[in-house]
Amino acid sequence: MVVETPIDSTQSIEEMGQTISALDRRPERRWLTSLKGNRFALAAAIVIVILVVMAVLAPWIAPKDPKFIDPSLRLLSPGAGHRFGTDEFGRDVLSRVIYGARVSLLIGAGVTLFSAIIGAVLGLVSGYYARFDTPIMRLMDGMMAFPSILLAIAIMASLGPSTRNVFIALTVVYVPTIARLVRGSTLVLKQQPFVESARSIGMRDHSILAKYVFPNALSPLIVQCTFVLAFAIISEASLSFLGAGVPPDEPSWGNMLRDGQKLIQRAWWMAIFPGIFLVITVLAFNILGDGLRDALDPRARER
Amino acid sequence: MGAYILRRLIMLIPVMLIVGIVVFMLVHITPGDPAAVMLGDRATGEQIDQLRQAMGLDEPLPVQFVDWFSHALRLDFGDSFFLDMPVTQALRERAQPTLLLTSYALFFEIIIGVPAGVIAAIKRNSILDRALMVLSIAGAAIPTFFLGIVLILIFAVRLKWVPSGGYVPIQEDPAAHFKSMILPAFTLGFSAAGLLARLVRSSMLDVMRDDYIRTAMAKGLKFRKVITGHALRNALIPAVTVVGYSLGALLGGAVVTETVFTIPGMGRLVVQSIARRDYPLIQGAVMLTAAIYVLVNLLVDILYVYIDPRIRYGS
Repeated sequence: MVVETPIDSTQSIEEMGQTISALDRRPERRWLTSLKGNRFALAAAIVIVILVVMAVLAPWIAPKDPKFIDPSLRLLSPGAGHRFGTDEFGRDVLSRVIYGARVSLLIGAGVTLFSAIIGAVLGLVSGYYARFDTPIMRLMDGMMAFPSILLAIAIMASLGPSTRNVFIALTVVYVPTIARLVRGSTLVLKQQPFVESARSIGMRDHSILAKYVFPNALSPLIVQCTFVLAFAIISEASLSFLGAGVPPDEPSWGNMLRDGQKLIQRAWWMAIFPGIFLVITVLAFNILGDGLRDALDPRARER
Repeated sequence: MGAYILRRLIMLIPVMLIVGIVVFMLVHITPGDPAAVMLGDRATGEQIDQLRQAMGLDEPLPVQFVDWFSHALRLDFGDSFFLDMPVTQALRERAQPTLLLTSYALFFEIIIGVPAGVIAAIKRNSILDRALMVLSIAGAAIPTFFLGIVLILIFAVRLKWVPSGGYVPIQEDPAAHFKSMILPAFTLGFSAAGLLARLVRSSMLDVMRDDYIRTAMAKGLKFRKVITGHALRNALIPAVTVVGYSLGALLGGAVVTETVFTIPGMGRLVVQSIARRDYPLIQGAVMLTAAIYVLVNLLVDILYVYIDPRIRYGS
């Protein structure tokens, strides 16, 4: 791997000037501009904004009530009245897909937020205080010995299917990944001169962690969070698909795929439309995550 | 080397202990009385008391754990509540489809992931490279169950080339067996191939910058020979690790894939056990999978030392 030096001897004077002025800018600005240059990531960000707007405004956008049952409209194929067709209870698939974005994004964002907070605290403590390192990390190793979906299934089996329990199960599953990442950054940052000097002027540990260590560990954490969000959305859909996720009458994409698979011979639209939205959402977060990683860690861009 | 293996084996103890505690606690985080939950609404108080006693639920938690864990280490997870047989036996009866599905998926993962990564690296920054990399991100973004449903729709419902699900044991009818397994194995393997392709690509790019590649090219070796003889051999070393680790993901993914394709394997049994509240079975399956995963990772790490003589695990 070639390590990119900020100033390259083959650069022209103007290019060098640009590099220096780029270095001058605040880091946040720099990755924002760099993200702007990445058309894929920008498109992904726009798609995510559209999905969020769709989820927030679902009651106003959805043409029908997603839970409204009308047996006379069973299994209608996509057409004028129902763009995405209807399911076996005569419910409007388009409306359910729109409401499904709420479930997916809410669970994805919630799980990411909670596992980021818990994981970051565990990672900071584990990396900074040697005496807590082994117990915390061995616990995390143990948690990571399970295939994530299987652990989530097992927790859901014990807690019972509900939206709240999906939150809990998936947070438990994703905390170790984040804790490990933050611990790694903390171990490196702990050795840095600015932490050393903060300690020597008598700063308290929690202030050092909050003011110097955590802010510098933030960018890899943000990148990881976009991927966790994508994984959490897939996991929620998988759990619901298996019947161990959000309650069956809730319009979630996983539930719709579950119902759709049973009738795949007769009504392909029941599974295909929620599936496409699921793929688009996950793809958007993955591409955004890739873009953010390239923007925040220029050395990775070569790869 | 022996010391390294020994140290790794010792490190397995705390990990497996934590795995054990987590699996054991699964029953005890159930809201309410596990015995009552397992028996359902119609159970009498007497039946619940009996089951509580049989499960040892009246003992203090640490005592229960030691008792359960010492049995679990001997692969005794108790009796399946619903199937009325030992959990180990129930799992063994369902093991063949799962293990075969996982192996075939691993095969697909490698034959898709490695060539895709190598081609992308050789044709770096070309349209082909871009397309392959977009495809590899997409591969990770398509949930296995949705890919499975789409493939069923195309190849089973429309084209009628293969059955839409079910399982034929290999010893009964090999042709029908492979016909029933090709879609599920491809589905599961494809999901893991994207990550492998990306890793092979970046590791090929790393290797191709090395001096010995330049030397090989300079001494006039054919490009193909440099790639297969020199670059690939070294680039594939990190890939071995990823393939090994992906086995855990494949075992987990098998749970979902088996449900999509109605394959009567361990994964489907676990999913069916959720609604039946068959806790001993879920515990056994989860514990066993985690143990396999941990052991495979250990084997991969040891194998790594053998294939890459540059790595020597010291203290």
